[in-house]
Amino acid sequence: MILGLESWTLARPEIFLAAVTMLLLVYGVVRGEVATPFVSVATSMALLVTAALLFVPYQEGTAFASLFIVDRLTTTMKALVLIGAAAAVLMSRAYFEQVKAWRFEYPLLVALATLGMMLMISANDLMALYVGLELQSLALYVIAAFQRDSERSTEAGVKYFVLGSVASGMLLFGASLIYGFCGGTAFVQISRALLDGKAAEIGVIVGLVFVVAGLAFKISAVPFHMWTPDVYEGAPTPVTALFAVAPKIAAISLTVSVLMGPFKPLFLQWQQIVVVAAVLSMALGAFAALRQQNIKRLMAYSSIGNVGYVLLGLASGSEKGIQAIVFYLAIYLVMTLGVFATILMMQRRGAMVENVSDLAGLGKSQPMMALAMLLFMFSLAGIPPLAGFWGKLYIFIAAVEAELFIPAVLGVLASVVASYYYLRIVKVMYFDEETEKLDRTPFGINRSVAFVAALLVTVFSLAPQPLSLIAAAAAKGLFP
Amino acid sequence: MTIGLGHYLTVSSVLFTLGILGIFLNRKNVIVILMCVELMLLAVNINLVAFSVFQGNIVGQVFAMLVLTVAAAEAAIGLAILVVYFRNRGTIEVEDINSMKG
Repeated sequence: MILGLESWTLARPEIFLAAVTMLLLVYGVVRGEVATPFVSVATSMALLVTAALLFVPYQEGTAFASLFIVDRLTTTMKALVLIGAAAAVLMSRAYFEQVKAWRFEYPLLVALATLGMMLMISANDLMALYVGLELQSLALYVIAAFQRDSERSTEAGVKYFVLGSVASGMLLFGASLIYGFCGGTAFVQISRALLDGKAAEIGVIVGLVFVVAGLAFKISAVPFHMWTPDVYEGAPTPVTALFAVAPKIAAISLTVSVLMGPFKPLFLQWQQIVVVAAVLSMALGAFAALRQQNIKRLMAYSSIGNVGYVLLGLASGSEKGIQAIVFYLAIYLVMTLGVFATILMMQRRGAMVENVSDLAGLGKSQPMMALAMLLFMFSLAGIPPLAGFWGKLYIFIAAVEAELFIPAVLGVLASVVASYYYLRIVKVMYFDEETEKLDRTPFGINRSVAFVAALLVTVFSLAPQPLSLIAAAAAKGLFP
Repeated sequence: MTIGLGHYLTVSSVLFTLGILGIFLNRKNVIVILMCVELMLLAVNINLVAFSVFQGNIVGQVFAMLVLTVAAAEAAIGLAILVVYFRNRGTIEVEDINSMKG
């Protein structure tokens, strides 16, 4: 009775992904290095099939003695994460072949990390949350250091590991206090205890602060962002592409479901923390990126800024805010994948380059690639009527409706500052004298990803309505 | 004097604070950071088990088992990453981990 059949059918995407990963792991170990191309393609296909399994047939409910929850919000977030992870696996081949680190473990580690992300998105209990989060993090620590003969990659691994485990420790300490003062780890129990008057207890508030700090580390919100630029710069570029999309979306989804779920009764307490983190993230994302030369580092600060906007949506605490977050994340996913697909095509004499100045003259030498980059940069800067503008608009509307006037104004100002460095890339591409041409990469996965991303950005710019309806349906998951 | 929940919580918060301080004040060597992370997780375990006993509710002990398992995996991965890093740099001094700045 305890684990009825329903539990297994609700979790079937996760079970499928876990089973396929294990099979591919065995296959890879038996066949050795020759298995790499197959394992890589099979993993990305498995990730896409998992995404399809989320919807056919679509089911809702809780499973495994309510450790695990499936609703519209979790399903939508999982779909975004899976698409991001699948694209990141597909995009990795050229880079890893070049640096001679093309091994079958990489796609499998990504699949395991994605499994962890799906579990944490679906967590309905502090224990499930912790286990999912750690499955994700442990796989990601290894991936960051995957290019193991590179000093920068292993340094990124060390930094990510140390700061990530401190974050997990803080989250866990908060979780233990909340368990102690609320008498249970299930989200339902916590929210019932808080409504019954436990909300005023100091232990609960301290626990909440620790949990929020741990989550802020994972989504790299200021003041817990310091690992992000180093890890993004040091990690191999396909790994950075993965970090910028999948774990970020998963951690944001987790933050939303924890704060809007069990901790909804403490809204006024966490709203202050989230507003401060949002404003600081938007400001730091805008100002610190101004003087960056390395494009990966620049994208790290850009992602910190984007997290700020998402947190502003969360601070509004309304259904509209959640809808804006889902909409924003979908567009962020597309833009970021497009930018990283373009970065992965930046090669000179067969070696990867990653400075902004290396893009000089791209407008003349490779007009299509420059045009795609221009589209992504304008969209990230939030220039109307591009997709990024709609994302920011929904966030600001939600914030204004929640009477967060000052944070919303600061957000608009930060986005004006941030547009400077996005537009600087466009300026470098079209108006700077080229020193030496970038290689023309052959048609391949990266070019296709950049093309599809550019196409999607165009579609979302001209017709944001369908996506916003999907986001509205997802937000209903939290507000039944 | 009977030992109550408060005593356990005090011990665990002292241990947790020591762990955090150790990480941020330590300027020597990354292994010490790993030990401090373990200290933080052990503090959490004391919390969980103490709450579990004093509330007569088994959930905390289950949680503590999970934390122990994950902590072991985390230590293994941390040491593996450190070994790879040491091969490249020949040092694991905290102050030397600075090839990226800005």
